[in-house]
Amino acid sequence: MWTDIVMVLLILTNMMVLGSSRLRACIRIVATQGVALGILPLLLHNFELHILIFTIISVILKGVVFPLMLLRTLRQLNVWREDDPYVGYGKSLLAGPIVLAFSYWISTRLPMPFTIESPMLIPVAFFTLIVGLFLIVSRKKALTQVLGYLVLENGIYAFGMAIANQQPMLIELGTLLDVFVGVFVMGIAIFHISRQFDHIDTDQLSVLKD
Amino acid sequence: MIWALILIPFCASLLSLLIRSDNLRRYLLVGAAIGHSVIMTLSWTRNFLPILNGWFAIDLIAQLFLSISSFLFLMTSFYAVRYLKNEKHDGKKDFEEEKFFVNAPEAVFTACLLMFLAMMTMVVSSQHFGILWVTMEATTLVTAPLIYFHRHHRSLEATWKYLLICSVGIAVSLLGNFFLAIAASAHNGVSIPLMRSDLIAAGSQLWTPWVKAAFIFFLVGYGTKMGLAPLHTWLPDAHSESPSLVSALLSGALLNCAFVGILRAFEVTAAAGQIAFAQDLLIMFGLVSMLFAAVFVIGQADYKRMLAYSSVEHMGILALGVGLGGTAVFGSMFHAINHSLTKAGLFLIAGNILAAYKTKNAANVRGLLSTIPASGLLWVAGILAITGFPPFGIFLSEFVILKAAIDQGRYAIVIAYLILLAIIFIGISAIALRMAQGKSIKPVEVKSERASSFLPPAILLTATLALGIYVPTHLSDVLHTIASLLGGY
Repeated sequence: MWTDIVMVLLILTNMMVLGSSRLRACIRIVATQGVALGILPLLLHNFELHILIFTIISVILKGVVFPLMLLRTLRQLNVWREDDPYVGYGKSLLAGPIVLAFSYWISTRLPMPFTIESPMLIPVAFFTLIVGLFLIVSRKKALTQVLGYLVLENGIYAFGMAIANQQPMLIELGTLLDVFVGVFVMGIAIFHISRQFDHIDTDQLSVLKD
Repeated sequence: MIWALILIPFCASLLSLLIRSDNLRRYLLVGAAIGHSVIMTLSWTRNFLPILNGWFAIDLIAQLFLSISSFLFLMTSFYAVRYLKNEKHDGKKDFEEEKFFVNAPEAVFTACLLMFLAMMTMVVSSQHFGILWVTMEATTLVTAPLIYFHRHHRSLEATWKYLLICSVGIAVSLLGNFFLAIAASAHNGVSIPLMRSDLIAAGSQLWTPWVKAAFIFFLVGYGTKMGLAPLHTWLPDAHSESPSLVSALLSGALLNCAFVGILRAFEVTAAAGQIAFAQDLLIMFGLVSMLFAAVFVIGQADYKRMLAYSSVEHMGILALGVGLGGTAVFGSMFHAINHSLTKAGLFLIAGNILAAYKTKNAANVRGLLSTIPASGLLWVAGILAITGFPPFGIFLSEFVILKAAIDQGRYAIVIAYLILLAIIFIGISAIALRMAQGKSIKPVEVKSERASSFLPPAILLTATLALGIYVPTHLSDVLHTIASLLGGY
C-alpha cells in the first residue's frame, strides 16, 4: 500500500517538474521526489540495520543536501525562472502521460526473471528516467539541466531498488557519493558560467563548434 | 602492491593540497609518477595479490592498459613541471579574444591530476562491475577541473559539455549494470555476484535477453566516454580547450579506461554465448566513428581539434578490431598501445606549438621546422605515425586489423576501412604538414626550446617507432593471451 503511494508520488512529482517554470519550485519538487525514493528501501525490504543506515544517508542527501546546495547557487545567481525552454510547458505536460503510457508498454515487453514487490516499480522507474533525459535536452538553464540529471539518477535509483537484492549496498553508497560530488562540481561550474556570461542559459554556450 | 598503486597517487594528491611551495609540489607530482610506474614495471615480472575480496586485481587487461597509463603519466609529469612554471602568472591575455583570464590554483590542478591517476588505477584494475562504474564516474569528476584550468569562457563551455554529456553517458551504463544484475539473478534463487570472473564462469546460466540489453547500455554509456561516434560530441571541445598535457592524458589514458569498461562487458557477453551480437555492434560503432572523424577532420581549422577527431578515428579502429575477432583483436590491443603513445606525444608537441605561436589556428602556423626545429621535427614524425605511415607502430597494428578483415572475406568492411583511412590520412597530413614547412607568417618570439618540453614527446614517439620495428616476444605473448580472452587469437 505504502509502496503504491510512493509510486504515485513519483509520477506526480515528475509531472510537476515538467510543468513548472519556477526554479525554486522545481528544486523543491525534485527534493520531495528524492525523499520519497529514499524511504523506498525500507518499504520494499525487511528491516535491517544496514538498510536503515542507507535510507537515512540517501534521504539526507537527496532531500536536504542537494536542494540546499542548489538553492544556495540559485541565491548567488539571482535567477528564478526558466523563461523560454526549447519545448514549452504545455507541450511538456502533454508529453508526460504519453511517456508514462510508453513506459508501461515497454515494461510489459521486458519479462523479469524474478518477482518484484510492486508491479508499478519498473514502469515508474522508466518514466522518471525518460523525464530526466527530457529535462536535460529541453531546458536552457544550466540549473534545470542539473535537476534533469538528478531526476534521471532518481529513475535509475528506483530501477536499482527493484533488484537491490542482487547488489551489495556498498556499491549503492558509492553511486550516491558520485552523484553528490557530481552535483557539487556542476554547482561550481554553474557559478562560473554565471560569472562569465552574466546568465546561465546554456544555449549561449555555443562558441565551440565545427 | 595494488594498495601502493592506488595509495601513492591518492596520498600525493591530498598532500599537494596542503603543500605551499610550488616547487615541492611539482617534485611530488614527478615523484608519485615515478613511484607508480616503477611498481607497474614490477607487475610484468611478478604477480600482485588481489585486494579487497578480489575487487581489485591486476589481470592481463589491467596490466596492459595500466602500464600505458602509467608511462604516459610519467612523461606528462616531466612535461608538467616546465608547463606549470610558465603558467604561473596573475592573469594574462587570452590570445584568441584578448581578454584577461586567470588559471585555476596550481595546487588544485596538481591534486586533480594525481587523483586522476589514482582513479584510473582503480577503474582499470577493478574486477567488480559496480566498482568499475563508481570509479569511472569519479574519473569524469576529477578531470572536469583539469579541463577548466584556463578560466575563460571557452574552456568553461567545454567543461560543462563534458560534465553533462559524460554524466548522462555514465548514468546509462549504470542501467547497464542493473541489467547485468538481472541477467545474473539465477533461476534457482542464488544470484551470481557481479564479479568478472564469476560472471564469466557462470556464463551459460545468464539470461541472454538481459545480457544483450546490458551490453548495449554499457556500450552506449562507456562509449560516450570513450568517444565513439555519434556519442563523441564532448571530445573535440574538451581536447581542444584543456591544457595540452591534460589533452594528452585524456586522449591517451582516459579513453582507454572507458575502452576497458567495454571490454569487461564484452567478455561477459561472450561468455553468455552472445559474442556475434556484441561483435556486430562494435563493428558498427567502429565504422561510424571512423566516418565521423573523416568528415570532420577535412579542412579542420584548429590543429588541436584535428588531433581530437583523430582520437575518435582511432577509438573506432579499436572497437572495429575487437568486433572483427580473430587476429584483429591482437591488432586492436597493439593499436591501443601505439595510439596512446603517439597521440599523447602529438598533444604535448601541440602544446609547444601553441606556446610559441599563440594560436590554435592551423592556417596561422607556418615554418615549424625553422622556428622550433626540435618540436617541428617531432610534429612531422608524429603526424606520419598517427596517419599510419611505416615504420611506426600504428602502421603495423592497422595492417594486422586489415589483414584479419581480408582473411575473413569481409570485403565491404575492408573497402570502407581503407577509404576512411585514406581520407583521414589526406585530411590530417594536408593540415599538419603545411604547418611544418615554409616561413612563419607572423613574427614569433621563440626562446630556445627546452629539453623538458620536447624530450617527453620524443621518448613517446621513439617508443612507438621501436614497436613498429620490433615487438618484444613477452609483450606479443601477453597481447595474444588477452586476444584469446576476447574471442580472438
